[in-house]
Amino acid sequence: MHNNPILRISTKILFAPIILFGLYVQFHGDFGPGGGFQAGVIVASAFILYSLVFGIEAGKKLFPPNVNLILLALGGIIYGGVGIVSMILGDEFLAYNILGSSPQSGQHIGILLVEFGVGLTVSNVMIALFNAFASYDKIKEK
Amino acid sequence: MISELLINAFLVTIMLSIAIALIKTRTVIFTVILTSAYSLVAALMFITLDAVDVAFTEASVGAGISTILFLAAMAYLPKKEEESISSEFIPALSCIILGGILIWCSFDLPEIGKLTAPIHQHIVPEYIRGSKEDIGIPNIVTSVLASYRGYDTFGETIVVFTAGVAVLGLLEKKNSTKKNKSQPKQKISKNA
Repeated sequence: MHNNPILRISTKILFAPIILFGLYVQFHGDFGPGGGFQAGVIVASAFILYSLVFGIEAGKKLFPPNVNLILLALGGIIYGGVGIVSMILGDEFLAYNILGSSPQSGQHIGILLVEFGVGLTVSNVMIALFNAFASYDKIKEK
Repeated sequence: MISELLINAFLVTIMLSIAIALIKTRTVIFTVILTSAYSLVAALMFITLDAVDVAFTEASVGAGISTILFLAAMAYLPKKEEESISSEFIPALSCIILGGILIWCSFDLPEIGKLTAPIHQHIVPEYIRGSKEDIGIPNIVTSVLASYRGYDTFGETIVVFTAGVAVLGLLEKKNSTKKNKSQPKQKISKNA
């Protein structure tokens, strides 16, 4: 697969639009279908496509596994962090009203951050799972 | 109305034929591809039910990423599934009985989209009103998912996180034990 020019070039062309579409789904989830789960999967699919075509090592160079693991945990921390911030500000856990100047803007900020946390965790779990399965074989052979 | 019926009949026929093909096939890669196709048809089914968010998730997660993960995991499986030796009579019978009970129960379900159905009476009017006035978001699914049911989604995210970490832990542990086993051997050979 690594030397097929059609796959290589179409991957290079598609990579950025896939991530752009993922970001659109992520941040347009308030207004249309979409949200963190779908967006996370779409963003992950861009990186997995890159790893499939250019090889797992190139994929790991593009997106280092240690960054991947940190971001994997960071998503959940962002989600829980929003809840704790709303608690510190004097409301209940994950009550977003207090985060903004008006209840509505508070809800907007809260939902946006929470969905971002979901997207971060989902995308990084998917990339990590793919990397784990794909590189398992190599170590077994050694 | 009749067009809706035709579309549903078409989708159900495709789903049924994929399901039968799934039972019949013994090649692992066909199983993976058919599962993906089944998810795509299910996504279309959700669109006919006006559940666009669910359809989106089904298409991206069910047909997209899980297929890739299955393919990645498939490398460690034998290419062909073994023929089952045990009799297929009892599983088939229990499937038919359970399916029959479910179909029988489905006659008691309220009509799809009927406003007087219990599910549309309980808390849904409050969500529809609150999503516009209290939260100010046009997509009610997002407001329920992220705000009204924020705890549940937090739990879901933690489940995804835990599942990911668990799989990583399983694979990493095997990798490291393999490494540890190979290291002492080298030392012995050097001493010798």
